[in-house]
Amino acid sequence: MSDWFLIIYCGLITYLTRFSMIALLKKEMFNNRIREVLSYVPSAIFPAIIFPAIFLDNSGSIQLEENPKILAAIIAMGVGIFSRNIIATIFAGLASYWTIIFI
Amino acid sequence: MNSNFKIFLKGITDVSPLMIPVVPFGLIFGILSIDIGFSPLATMGMSLIIFGGASQIILLQLFSGGASSLVIISSVGAVNSRHLLYGAVVSEHVSDLKLIWKIIISYFLIDQAFAVSNEYFKKSKEKNKYFHLIGGGFTCWIIWQSTTFLGIILGAAIPEKLGLSFAVPLTFLAILVNDFRKMINVIVILTSGLIALFGYNYIPYKAYVIVAAFVGLLTAYILTKVKKKYE
Repeated sequence: MSDWFLIIYCGLITYLTRFSMIALLKKEMFNNRIREVLSYVPSAIFPAIIFPAIFLDNSGSIQLEENPKILAAIIAMGVGIFSRNIIATIFAGLASYWTIIFI
Repeated sequence: MNSNFKIFLKGITDVSPLMIPVVPFGLIFGILSIDIGFSPLATMGMSLIIFGGASQIILLQLFSGGASSLVIISSVGAVNSRHLLYGAVVSEHVSDLKLIWKIIISYFLIDQAFAVSNEYFKKSKEKNKYFHLIGGGFTCWIIWQSTTFLGIILGAAIPEKLGLSFAVPLTFLAILVNDFRKMINVIVILTSGLIALFGYNYIPYKAYVIVAAFVGLLTAYILTKVKKKYE
């Protein structure tokens, strides 16, 4: 398969994941209970990206020792809980990461 | 200034803080893509057609590792399956709209825009509140396309050891900051995170994202039910 076909198929499947629910679901299908559960969607999805990105090394095995990302993420989390500020959280994480790996 | 445009601008303002980490992410994607041998045109094509950062990076990783097209396409679908849940949440707010608006909104239904517009939708009762999502999505689109382009040009000029890919989990962490104070959220976060971490190598087709999210949501369903019983 040529590169372009691969890209287009990946684009199609991505678009379908975005479009299908918007196109299919109707307002009446939602009661308060479903809404309450759906409000947990961000808490259910984002950690699935966060945890592997922090705890896994390049080869995909869990790295708990000498992993600067863990400490940097903990510092970012502390700053985040304290400040409730998105930019401060990200900068605290990046700054501590660079401090650890370069000093 | 009409109200549609005002809400569109509000979307831009609200999403802006989340755009800072998108910059290094887009640069990394552009640099990496050229590095493994995609043409500049195909690299721009990925950002324009797929328009999904995490899945594009995974596409590159699998492609350079020699994975088959079927595995790559399924993995991209699995990584992006979280959009099904975003769509389910957003559909409630846009169900009365014409099809053409649903088609446009779907293209812009991305992590960052969803995160801020979901909060806005909960509060706003206005009929044209969907312009908030278009504003946020459009902002991210501009940043994503221009940083992909810059990445293509910069090539190898940016040192890899800067570890800019770490900005990705940090962004998602920052989005969750308000949820760390709520007990049920914390349990859901830990459940999903640990399943993704330990399932990363064992769940096929990179489906660990949707498996972790599904179990996380199931946990939320059970815990909210239990909580009601004792109230």
